[in-house]
Amino acid sequence: MTTTARPPADLGTAEIAQKKWAKWQLYLGFVGFFLGLLMGLLQALDRMGFYLYKEAQLSSYYQGLTLHGVSMVFILTFAFGNAFLTLGVMRSLERPMASTMLVAASFWSAAIGVALAAWAILANQATVLYTMYSPLRPHVAFYIGAVLLVISTWIVLLNQLLTLRAWRKDHPGEPIPLLAFVSVVTYIMWFIASLGVAIEVLVFLIPWSLGLVQNTDPLLNRILFWFTGHPIVYFWLLPAYVSWYITVPKMVGGRLYSDGVVKGVFILFLLFSTPVGLHHQFTDPGVDEGLKLLHMLFTFAVFFPSLVTAFTLMAALEDGAKHNGGKGLVAWIRQLPWGNPSVVAQLFAMLGFVLGGVSGLINASATVNLVVHNTSFIPGHFHLTVGTAVALTIMGVSYWLVPYLTGKKLCCRRLAVAQSWLWFGGVMLFSRGLMAAGIEGQPRRVPVGLMTYAEESWKLWDIVTGIGGTLMVTSGTIFFIVIIGTLLRKKGSAGAVEFPIADTVYGPEQSPAILDRLGLWTAVSVVLILIAYVPVFVSHYYNFTSPGFVRW
Amino acid sequence: MATLKIEKWERWFLYASVVILVGFLVAILASIGEAGIHLPTDEGSLDPNKVAETPPFDNPGLRQTGDGAYEAVMVARTWQFTTGETDADGIPTITVPAGSEVTFIVTSGDVIHGLYIPQTDVNAMIIPGRVTKISQKFETPGEYTFLCHEFCGLANEQIGHHSMYGKVVVQP
Ligand code: HEM
Ligand SMILES: [Cu+2]
Repeated sequence: MTTTARPPADLGTAEIAQKKWAKWQLYLGFVGFFLGLLMGLLQALDRMGFYLYKEAQLSSYYQGLTLHGVSMVFILTFAFGNAFLTLGVMRSLERPMASTMLVAASFWSAAIGVALAAWAILANQATVLYTMYSPLRPHVAFYIGAVLLVISTWIVLLNQLLTLRAWRKDHPGEPIPLLAFVSVVTYIMWFIASLGVAIEVLVFLIPWSLGLVQNTDPLLNRILFWFTGHPIVYFWLLPAYVSWYITVPKMVGGRLYSDGVVKGVFILFLLFSTPVGLHHQFTDPGVDEGLKLLHMLFTFAVFFPSLVTAFTLMAALEDGAKHNGGKGLVAWIRQLPWGNPSVVAQLFAMLGFVLGGVSGLINASATVNLVVHNTSFIPGHFHLTVGTAVALTIMGVSYWLVPYLTGKKLCCRRLAVAQSWLWFGGVMLFSRGLMAAGIEGQPRRVPVGLMTYAEESWKLWDIVTGIGGTLMVTSGTIFFIVIIGTLLRKKGSAGAVEFPIADTVYGPEQSPAILDRLGLWTAVSVVLILIAYVPVFVSHYYNFTSPGFVRW
Repeated sequence: MATLKIEKWERWFLYASVVILVGFLVAILASIGEAGIHLPTDEGSLDPNKVAETPPFDNPGLRQTGDGAYEAVMVARTWQFTTGETDADGIPTITVPAGSEVTFIVTSGDVIHGLYIPQTDVNAMIIPGRVTKISQKFETPGEYTFLCHEFCGLANEQIGHHSMYGKVVVQP
């Protein structure tokens, strides 16, 4: 019996309080998911020819799209990461976090941030989309909300580091347990990455939106935004990777092959996630072509750890299935636990990520990108990555995490299993439609119902997109039914739920000690960022000449 | 000292991954070096509040710069392109003979816009304070839509980002 299987009565008061705050953080993410789903429905309907924004009391498609983007990728993902990787550190180090106050502070920072940003968007004061490109100028509450959301993640990192330090004091010379290692590395990576947007918003945009300074430099703001904007996708993704590496092998009855390889993968993400931002600016004027290609080089490097992941996870799945009597080259797949909603969701998430990764390589290829940049192909791509690999993993994890945090037994298991199939089927149509229309030339971020230059060849694909999107929204609704059904159950009905952790064939004792040198890797990461970004900031012509525009 | 445990198959998979990624990289660099497909690069800066007084944007329009070579100077503002020429419906146009190489020189007088011509290599951002320059050869006669593909706001359901486009008319 592992430590987490202790009945709640044995938990210390700190641990109980911290789990409560983590639970609220998770629910905050669900609020974001719910808002995002509502807007997703309107967007899917627009593709099918029903422009229903007036009926929904919204001022425009773009207002809805701002809410959709912010809810899904700032609220849902941040809140989930904060909750999951705080709990991961606690589970892995077998101790409460160093500070209960910080766990609570992280929740409040995120919650107030969500309230401010949501107010600004719903009051139609911030229709600038989640990329908030200046010189479109939202209400300052939108910026402050974004900053508070980021600060909530910094608080999590601080608490993780304090906890790790305390653990190291008690365990001198021991290798860092894997789950704690990957949780902390994810947040270190993100902290460094988030400095770009933090500087953009705090130094340039907030004073400008308050009228303290008249003008801003839109290109500089874009560079700072994408400094954060690429690594942010790894901040969305890595909590899912943590779940795939650490919990899924356990749930399928398999083992993880090597502790060291997983640590190595996360270190590669720490090193290469950030010095790649210009690949979102391949088509920007005012940025040197050579520097764009340098960033492309690093972009290909960051693809490597994902390929390693593909292999390692497959091996762990096969190991599990073969333990359960699975045979053959591919026939073992049938022996995976297809009745377990957590597992099924994450198997589909992985499958989605294969397709998302391949389409990501297309975007990363500077010249091929000219065919797809800012077309519908791009949302087609990222609804496979963040919209499926991450979102479906969040749902799958929630299917055990909610029982783990509430002691209530998951309701409606078969419905929960069906939910994943529906999402995956939906996104196959949805992304296929968007990608095909994009290749035919349809731009993104345009309401199909209003555009004045629609091509005949887009129509069929828009319908396919709309149908797929509606299926996804239906699936998301089922997710909420399952969660609410669970919350309505009796406390204690779940018995003792474990936070699953896979065994490794080669454990931490066999990993090179250098992998645990977090300070060293952070330093290397900073050096790579300097190589990639010093030339950008030195050669940049600082042009603070743009006043703000409120054009919505 | 402990070493990384990487099984034989995994090792081969990792080698193959590196080979594939390097192969892709070489192909892309070749498309730039050999096929001459270029990304927009740094073409200078200006004051976006003074676009109307800054050459060449003080006089948007098409200019012939050589045999079959043209420069199309354009200004993007919410929510239209100024090309110096419009068709009967008021849609901005650029009219060139087939086989022309057109260099688009564009800037923005307000917010960020985009310039995108489906089925061509013209795909670039237009950022206030910066000059976007991008060339495309038009071989086949016909009408090519160019459109704004970055969100730039809206006035109402009829006019906004979703109505910001024009046409390149390639005459036989
Ligand atoms: C549940 C069903 C969903 C539907 C029907 C849906 C629909 C859409 C559509 C049609 C767009 C493209 C809008 C445009 O370019 O004009 C879009 C954009 C987007 N979606 Fe979703 N989506 C869904 C779920 C998700 C999820 C789960 C995520 C992430 C976790 C997500 C993140 C985004 C983001 C970041 C954008 C870009 C917004 C922008 O361009 O500013 N979506 N969505
Ligand atoms: Cu525009």
